Amino acid sequence: MNPEHRLKVENIKVRFGGTFALDGVDFSVAPGEIVALIGENGAGKSTLMKVLSGAVIPNEGSMLLDGKPFAPRNPEEARHSGIAMIYQELSLPATLTVQDNIFLGMELCRPLLGTNWILDRAKMRNAAESALRELGHDIPLTTLVRDLSISDQQLVEIARARAVGCKVLILDEPTSSITRQDVQRLFALMRNLKAQGHSIIYISHFLEEVEEVADRFVVLRDGKTVGGGKIGNSTHEEIVALMVGRQLTDLYPRSKRNFGETLLELESLAGDAKLQGASFQLRRGEVLGIFGLVGSGRTDLIRSIFGLDTIRSGNIKVGAYSGQASPAQRWSQGIGMVSEDRKGEGLAITRTIAENLVLSFPQSCEKAGTFSPSTMEATADEWIEKLSVKCRASGQRIGELSGGNQQKIAFARLLHHGVDVLLLDEPTRGIDVGSKKQIYEQIDSLARNGKAVLIVSSYLPELLGICDRIAVMNRGRLSEPKNVEGLTENSVMLEAIA
Amino acid sequence: MNKHIKDWVNKLMPLGALILVYAIFAVIAPPSFVSLKNLELIVRQTTIVGIASLGMTLVIIGGGIDLSVGSIVALVTVVIAWLLMAGSSPILAALGGVFAGLVCGFINGALITRLKLVPFIITLGTLLVYRGCAKGLAHEQKIDAPLSWINELLAALKPEHTWMIVPGGVWLLTLLAIIVALVLRYTRFGLYTFSIGSNEQAARLCGVPIEKVKLLIYGISGLFAGFAGLMQFSRLTVGDPTVAQGLELDVIAAVVIGGGSLAGGEGSVLGTILGALIMTVIRSGCTQMGLSNWVQEIVTGIIIVVAVVLDRMRHKQT
Repeated sequence: MNPEHRLKVENIKVRFGGTFALDGVDFSVAPGEIVALIGENGAGKSTLMKVLSGAVIPNEGSMLLDGKPFAPRNPEEARHSGIAMIYQELSLPATLTVQDNIFLGMELCRPLLGTNWILDRAKMRNAAESALRELGHDIPLTTLVRDLSISDQQLVEIARARAVGCKVLILDEPTSSITRQDVQRLFALMRNLKAQGHSIIYISHFLEEVEEVADRFVVLRDGKTVGGGKIGNSTHEEIVALMVGRQLTDLYPRSKRNFGETLLELESLAGDAKLQGASFQLRRGEVLGIFGLVGSGRTDLIRSIFGLDTIRSGNIKVGAYSGQASPAQRWSQGIGMVSEDRKGEGLAITRTIAENLVLSFPQSCEKAGTFSPSTMEATADEWIEKLSVKCRASGQRIGELSGGNQQKIAFARLLHHGVDVLLLDEPTRGIDVGSKKQIYEQIDSLARNGKAVLIVSSYLPELLGICDRIAVMNRGRLSEPKNVEGLTENSVMLEAIA
Repeated sequence: MNKHIKDWVNKLMPLGALILVYAIFAVIAPPSFVSLKNLELIVRQTTIVGIASLGMTLVIIGGGIDLSVGSIVALVTVVIAWLLMAGSSPILAALGGVFAGLVCGFINGALITRLKLVPFIITLGTLLVYRGCAKGLAHEQKIDAPLSWINELLAALKPEHTWMIVPGGVWLLTLLAIIVALVLRYTRFGLYTFSIGSNEQAARLCGVPIEKVKLLIYGISGLFAGFAGLMQFSRLTVGDPTVAQGLELDVIAAVVIGGGSLAGGEGSVLGTILGALIMTVIRSGCTQMGLSNWVQEIVTGIIIVVAVVLDRMRHKQT
């Protein structure tokens, strides 16, 4: 066994179709070391995690675990080799007790007639108790997991990982949805595990937290390892420059825009979950960008405006209207929304292009007071033509289209409805560059024609490219929008991870 | 501590409901309702649904559903009658019928795990298939069979057998219920069943052998439908391919009233048995009061919905 490296990863490459999701990743972690893995959304962190946890098999490269070749073919193999993964979205069977969760899949049994079917509950209770006590916490073992807080659930997952005998513990954004105090508790626990010789890979957006708890950092960008080093030897700015490190292109059209009256105004809006406070005014002819990392509350903001999430305090003014409203009322007030979850809530994936397009506004397809399918199809054909959607016919199921073409239809729904305010949540996520460019052009022409656009994105270049002002969401609070002229990727990113 | 009390309140809620329903009928129904004889009748009438719902408890805790139970029961009565007519001994005929149920269950499980289709669709299909098999085997008629000890399993006790307190079928239900409760609590299979119904992906990630466990769950459901079919035959004394239509709905209702969640991961044997008893008590009470069948159906329907609404409210609180 090589004491220098618990896990060593060399030149890992993963190809999906023609594109490299990972294009040469190197890093290592030693026993008793915490290594932070950082990078922007889409830098390849999640693919790398999938490789380590056996969910994706790399096309090239090698991995060594305790000096021996490590090539898991499935998650079970990775687990048995001692890789424990704690996902951002925790995945414990929620109706089982804490004790049952800790031992699920590797129960302690007592032999009976040559079988090992019978659970040894007493033994498991003792083992679970001592496992949690070693972590310095006590959660009642008979509590159902669904009654625990997120941070207690994390604790159960960590206890579980230890009980399996894990060598490398991977924590994916563990702090994004827990409170400050719980973050401190988690860090204390991580230091405790480190002292016991465990290796920890810690994935986070929050640089301050990385500096607080990690020994070293590794930066990923565009699927490659682009740098790293000891914590304390690099400044915030240097790390951010490594994370961002690219130039704006002329992908983003920006015509002369004239701002008019305020169409949408938020006054210290707060929701039930993540959203803590947001205020801004959105004017006619303006494109306002909201930048925030996963879990910062940016989607909650849009959902609250559109009436999908409840509002705890604050106010929303839409033209002459004030206060909460249902999505149906928002549509009639002239607001439309494109969801970040295209398949889940953006589109009725098993229905046709035409139906999806006119779903919010079927009245537009009425003839003599009754719904006319032929008018609907004619309407859809117009939009298909205008946005050059690649499809067979307007009657084709939308699920058969590519992501980019689906998104064009989701977007066209708002255009067809003729709304004045467009709320766009990650409108270009997971679509091809050509479709992206068309959506940017549409946004620009909408602004030119006096519409107001609110766009939420975790992709900084596009916000800097198409917006007039940008506000940053950080832990549920939205900053004052700033004019885009004075902003750089580094400055916005710094604000988002402060 | 407060939490423990709450847990117990939750667990005892079906029992409270049973006592409440019984008390209401004790007041409004004729005195014969509270007689020991009627109590014995209620228990006997619960046996068929009760046994089948033990299997369904496993299925529903595992996040599935088995719609073919009623058809399996009918097929089993036909198989038993057919075997008896063919000259086999009662014990062989009984075992043969129960075995037929087990086979049906394993077919369900195999189809669900191999074809990777939702259990609702698979068992909706086999509901028709098994019913068709029963009718084909019986040439669309009832099969008469010679009387044997099988018919005493669910009949009122003869005077010389009063030492048994209740008939053999009720004892079988009790025995099976205890076994299933122990299996759920003290075996890996039980733990795996809960975990699959609670979060199948997470269970898979933990190394739970999903396919094997599901196969076994549906096999057991079929086995218990086999026992229920044996009881049904005991009561009918003939093999009837058209019997037990819609029985699966009573069985599902028993599990749901007893606190089982159709979303999976929740349910208990005690709750299920209480749920089955609640439905029989309502039926018996309505009959004693001379109320028509349609009143019973309305009352049972309301009870099911109220049970689930209460269950939902309980969960919202936590």
